[in-house]
Amino acid sequence: MTTLPTGFTDLEPFADWALATEAERYAKRLASSMEELEAFYDAAFPRLADAMAYLDGLDLHALPEEATALLWLCYSLVNVSFPVEVWRQPRVPDSGAASMDMLVEPAV
Amino acid sequence: MPHFAKPAEGSWTEHYPELGTGPVSYEDSISPDHYELERKAIFARTWLNVGRVEQLPRNGSYFTKELDAAGTSLVIVRGRDGEVRAFHNICRHRGNKLVWNDYPGEETSGTCRQFTCKYHGWRYATEGDLTFVQQESEFFDLDKSEYGLAGVQVEAWEGFIFVNLDPENTTPLREYLGEFGDGLAGYPFGAMTQVYKYRADVGANWKLFVDAFAEFYHAPILHAKQATADESRKLSGYGFEALAYKLDGPHGMVSSWGGMSPPKDLGMVKPIERVLQSGLFGPWTKPDIDGLAELPPSVNPSHHRAWGVDTFVFFPNFMLLIWEPGWYLTYHYWPTSYNTHIFEGTLYFVPPKTASERLEQELAAVTFKEYALQDGNTLEATQTMLESRAVTEFPLNDQEILLRNLHKTARDHVAAYQSTFATPVRISNAS
Repeated sequence: MTTLPTGFTDLEPFADWALATEAERYAKRLASSMEELEAFYDAAFPRLADAMAYLDGLDLHALPEEATALLWLCYSLVNVSFPVEVWRQPRVPDSGAASMDMLVEPAV
Repeated sequence: MPHFAKPAEGSWTEHYPELGTGPVSYEDSISPDHYELERKAIFARTWLNVGRVEQLPRNGSYFTKELDAAGTSLVIVRGRDGEVRAFHNICRHRGNKLVWNDYPGEETSGTCRQFTCKYHGWRYATEGDLTFVQQESEFFDLDKSEYGLAGVQVEAWEGFIFVNLDPENTTPLREYLGEFGDGLAGYPFGAMTQVYKYRADVGANWKLFVDAFAEFYHAPILHAKQATADESRKLSGYGFEALAYKLDGPHGMVSSWGGMSPPKDLGMVKPIERVLQSGLFGPWTKPDIDGLAELPPSVNPSHHRAWGVDTFVFFPNFMLLIWEPGWYLTYHYWPTSYNTHIFEGTLYFVPPKTASERLEQELAAVTFKEYALQDGNTLEATQTMLESRAVTEFPLNDQEILLRNLHKTARDHVAAYQSTFATPVRISNAS
């Protein structure tokens, strides 16, 4: 049983990053080690353009379940890009105990 | 030699001589007494932006707004006649909070045909009339028409809903918003209905956090690690100078260059930004809507080619950012004590048509939070040391002009309030 569309089976090991809300994605980022974040980024980032091309061919407001999962995975990739490309750590440097919650997010 | 022309006086600050150029005090941001006065002098009697009309899509739509600083909670509702009204969120029977959901302190929203108090079942129409009293005959000469919901002034500007808790206020909203209210009219706010909203509890006085967003002098330094190493070095060497500043009474604005749309050098841009074609300043391509080719007069007042973003500070606590790529942001700062407040950062985009467009917005929204976390934490550190009063005078530079205006305006409001309402107690021997 796969979560992601066929054509993205290489990303199945990272299907647990297909999370619906910003809160879940951010929490998983903070709970991950740099090795885990890098493994996800290294597998997913090279496939981002393919994912966009695939999803752009579908109706954004009527995505089948596996396409939605791929889109959520891409949202996680965006989040994880910060620790991997910039911070070299999961948390934002100089952020201390500060936190910020997403109160309203779009349906899609 | 500044990069961008300054006024004839030699600086933006000296163009407004009432501000002065000397060091400032931050006593107004560390004093519980001053905050108590601000609550009455400012939050109980100015126009406060509490939401947008899109939050009330149907007749019967409502949302609540907690206004701790003004000591109340409001219900904002669109009635059966389509009109938007605002009421204190209190039942006229024995004062229960009328609209809440499980946790009374939390804001809620929805659609309804009427409001029913959970306590004794009194019912109110969405226009505010008391329509039903449980066991009405048990009351003594109860005239329902005298017990409707307590209303407050509410007006809308460009789809933004404002309330004024002062029943004696006679200044219409549009007049209050002044030059920028006029000069921003016509921007396609109503086309940007895709909303991403963040909320944070910040351990700092509300004005100190407004300050952090009202100057970009800090941007090349505090946020240095956000850019590639080469870009950071370039930015901090360059420093920050605004294209323009303008003040209009209590309100102010700063116009800035910036953004990559698209960038001249792809090496200066992070890999994720290169693929998604977006970043802090938003998507590299503009949405295809009317109203962006010709911007209203308050936007990019210096008509500079390098324009990237304008920040408008509407006193007391509403900031509006207009970004060159065609989206906008609002910031709100809702005080909860002299040294804490709730910060709301809300991003508004034209709804995406494709996954690529949606991902452009996701990157902008995620980037916003990365920056904001650095700001929030720094301000908590600042608040604690200001409260030490080890140092009590602080120099501000020309790029920090909006900070002078904010604190002066807040202090002036408090002083005006005190002179109107403080009556000296006279003890007389005369009989």
